[in-house]
Amino acid sequence: MSFLTDIEIRQSASPDKRRTVLRTLQKSDVFFRYLTQSSAYFVLALLTAIFGSLIAGGYLAFSTFGVGFLTTEVWNPVTEQFGALAPIYGTIVTSAIAMLIAVPISIGIAVFLTELCPMPLRRPIGIAIELLAGVPSIIYGIWGLFFFAPFLQHYVQPELIAAFEHIPILDNLFAGPPYGIGILTSALILAMMVLPFITAVCRDVFETVPTVLKEAAYGMGWTTREVVKNVVIPYTRVGIIGGVMLGLGRALGETMAVTFVIGNAHRISASILAPGTTISATIANEFTEAVGDLYTSSLIALGLILFFITFVVLALARLMLMRIEKKAGA
Amino acid sequence: MALDRGRYQRRRIRSKITIGLCWAAAGLGLAILGIILTTLLYKGLAGLGINVFTEMTPPPGNDGGLLNAIAGSLIMTVIGVLIGTPIGILAGTYMAEYGRYNKVSSFIRFINDILLSGPSIVTGLFVYELMVRPMGHFSALAGSAALAALVIPTVVRTTENMLLLVPNTLREASSALGLPQSLVIRKVAYKAARAGMITGVLLAIARISGETAPLLFTSLNNQFWSTNLNAPIASLPVVIFQYALSPYEDWQRLAWTGALLITAAVLTLSILARWLGSSRSPQ
Amino acid sequence: MKQSFVALFAALAATAAATAPVKADISGAGATFPYPIYAKWADAYKKETNIGLNYQSIGSGGGIKQIEAKTVTFGASDMPLSGEKLEKAGLVQFPTVMGGIVPVVNLDGVKANDLVFDGPTLAKIYLGEIKTWDDPAIKKLNPGVSLPSSAIAVVSRSDGSGTTFVWTNYLSKVSPDFKAKIGSNTSVQFPVGLGAKGNEGVANNVMQTKGSIGYVEYAYAKQNKLANTKLINKDGKAVEPVSSAFQAAAASADWNSAPGMGVVLTDEPGAASWPITNPTFILMHKKAADTAAAKEALKFFEWAYANGGKMAEALDYVPLPDNVVAQIKKSWTEIVGEDNKPIFASN
Repeated sequence: MSFLTDIEIRQSASPDKRRTVLRTLQKSDVFFRYLTQSSAYFVLALLTAIFGSLIAGGYLAFSTFGVGFLTTEVWNPVTEQFGALAPIYGTIVTSAIAMLIAVPISIGIAVFLTELCPMPLRRPIGIAIELLAGVPSIIYGIWGLFFFAPFLQHYVQPELIAAFEHIPILDNLFAGPPYGIGILTSALILAMMVLPFITAVCRDVFETVPTVLKEAAYGMGWTTREVVKNVVIPYTRVGIIGGVMLGLGRALGETMAVTFVIGNAHRISASILAPGTTISATIANEFTEAVGDLYTSSLIALGLILFFITFVVLALARLMLMRIEKKAGA
Repeated sequence: MALDRGRYQRRRIRSKITIGLCWAAAGLGLAILGIILTTLLYKGLAGLGINVFTEMTPPPGNDGGLLNAIAGSLIMTVIGVLIGTPIGILAGTYMAEYGRYNKVSSFIRFINDILLSGPSIVTGLFVYELMVRPMGHFSALAGSAALAALVIPTVVRTTENMLLLVPNTLREASSALGLPQSLVIRKVAYKAARAGMITGVLLAIARISGETAPLLFTSLNNQFWSTNLNAPIASLPVVIFQYALSPYEDWQRLAWTGALLITAAVLTLSILARWLGSSRSPQ
Repeated sequence: MKQSFVALFAALAATAAATAPVKADISGAGATFPYPIYAKWADAYKKETNIGLNYQSIGSGGGIKQIEAKTVTFGASDMPLSGEKLEKAGLVQFPTVMGGIVPVVNLDGVKANDLVFDGPTLAKIYLGEIKTWDDPAIKKLNPGVSLPSSAIAVVSRSDGSGTTFVWTNYLSKVSPDFKAKIGSNTSVQFPVGLGAKGNEGVANNVMQTKGSIGYVEYAYAKQNKLANTKLINKDGKAVEPVSSAFQAAAASADWNSAPGMGVVLTDEPGAASWPITNPTFILMHKKAADTAAAKEALKFFEWAYANGGKMAEALDYVPLPDNVVAQIKKSWTEIVGEDNKPIFASN
């Protein structure tokens, strides 16, 4: 072994042994450096391997269907016609609605934690919100299926359907039998899941706002709302967008919470109360039973599309957040 | 003067409304946490008994427990962490020590963050193609590999961050005494960042404890006791997935209890990690 | 610290190596239709012989896929494979039990066997043409039952399902419109409704969703106290889904009419026949990948045929008649091990 213990190093201090000791030290030094370097490159290789295996697996689907794969709604394992439009639509719509709901609430909680909360409560409430982030997604899934969906089915959805029944365009948006599960329910569960992440990022960037800026604004007589709106948010604009996109990346890739409550229907419906499907829910439900190379390849192609979408979103988020971190560090 | 006062009143009212909304938002967030945890406790404790820890997963209609699922989760988590942590620590070390300022490191950092937040089901697909298909069967090893692939980005990130926090003066002092760089890292930087790195490992464990999607097509499931790494194995998240979607009451009860166990483990690890991270910060 | 690390690794590797060659455990995957009875059989078999059967109910599509990929010892499917598919994949197919698929509903005040449906009406519901419970077609079959005007929440299967195959097979037989628009297979594109995973998922969804209709294997309806409906059979009689009705449908089965005994018993004639009856099948490789496991599997099925009849009947499955079992055991001589000798010695 080229690694020496402390005792060996101490004992080998005599001049004639010194050369051997130094040479061994040098070898172990170089060895350690290469070890860490290859581990670092391993991370790179991992991502490349994932991308590569997805491309290899999905190749058959893309070569068979071409670009039409992205624009066809049909998903028929019998006739072996597969189209990714319904899962892509479901993924984007559930994530979009989730963000629409979660972002204002997250910013609200972050403002609360940094400006309004009484000092002794700040840490416990902050920790509580972060605990929400730690709850595994499958818990959200079963809670959603057994409590949230029936609750929505009995109390909320009938009201929504009745309320919009006679309004020309919106009645199609809120139509259909109240299943309880469906696109809206999934979006709400997703919103609950990304809430703590966006809140954490927003709170961190809000805390980087120099106190002197805020005090100057308060000193001029501005109300809290005006300080937040005109000082804090513009200053942290890039960070907020970064946090939002981080949350979006999470929402797009979420599997378990959505699989329980999305309804698994390979259809695009006008109504957000209808069942649908997302890319990850489709893969989770159908992968172990996809018979036939084209079916399996189509599912892997879906995985590739998802990976690509999240990659783009997360890359943009990272770039934005890196700019904020550089500013804060400087 | 009357106009000024009216305008000021409007501004104050708008601010008060905003403040009220922010309080409501915080209340909503806490309420959601409260409802979910209360439901979990209520339904999970109902099925909690000593049998959960001593009996295997039963067919519907029979009594049973979650012993094989708990064991399977423990086995795969341990192996996943054993594989992923060394690679993660070494990679984070490179990025923080040897390659701190070069372009490759920042690129790897970037890639790592994407791996960290990406969809875990894709990792499952990858390990299926890499291991399950060539091997010809599902296995606990494949499940562990999928979990390791999730541990690595987490540990890389925390290791790098923690090592970056160690002041350079420590490194310079030990270098001046004649230590080669690898020993500077191993004997000085690691010791200083040890608490933070352990936090990172704990967070990684917390994260993979709740992961279901990557296990669905790597370790599959097993209704019997098994410690065979080369065969399908039960795991808590997959068992919960199967049992919750079933119509059998006894299965659903076990699903809630399993959910409670996972959440308790994850929350305990997270709290432990925070406590470790805050109480012993490097000088 | 490093020493203990290495030691731990070595210990783990040794444990892994030690546990790797383990006694042949039978692994199977597939249909959710027979899962309740397979689970009961496995439990009883383990008590007697201490050999475990690890059966994952992932749907018939999954069973077919996993056996083709040789990741399990046997696959289970409600949809029989065609002769050419069996030849191509080198599989042997044989039935284990029969059962019935029933429509189940969730309506206030409606209990089991309260409502009557017929094939064409069900087809129209699943085509999305009948949208509400108080549709004249449903009212005509159920005079005197007060039906709400709410929309019908249709539940189907999201996974590759033999149950779906049998259900759509029946609907295709009674409705040419259904046959043309949707067809019959393990996974079809229904124009309405949500998809649930497994018979379990459909049962669960129907239980949770008011105003819903779904299709499940009868054991699931019985075990979960779901409200099944009566059906009007080919002879025009409204029958309840009971053991005798399944047996009546199975009585006229000609087991040799399809390769691998792959008969489908939907829409069978007979005044007492239940219109949606089917056997469920096991698929095994002619050339066993793991001889020991295959032998254990065949021993398990032999035990099940001999001793599992009462357990099956308790769950309203129909055990196969003795002559069919004898025929099945003869077909097992096609299954050979690595030495190309049949692994099962029929006695």
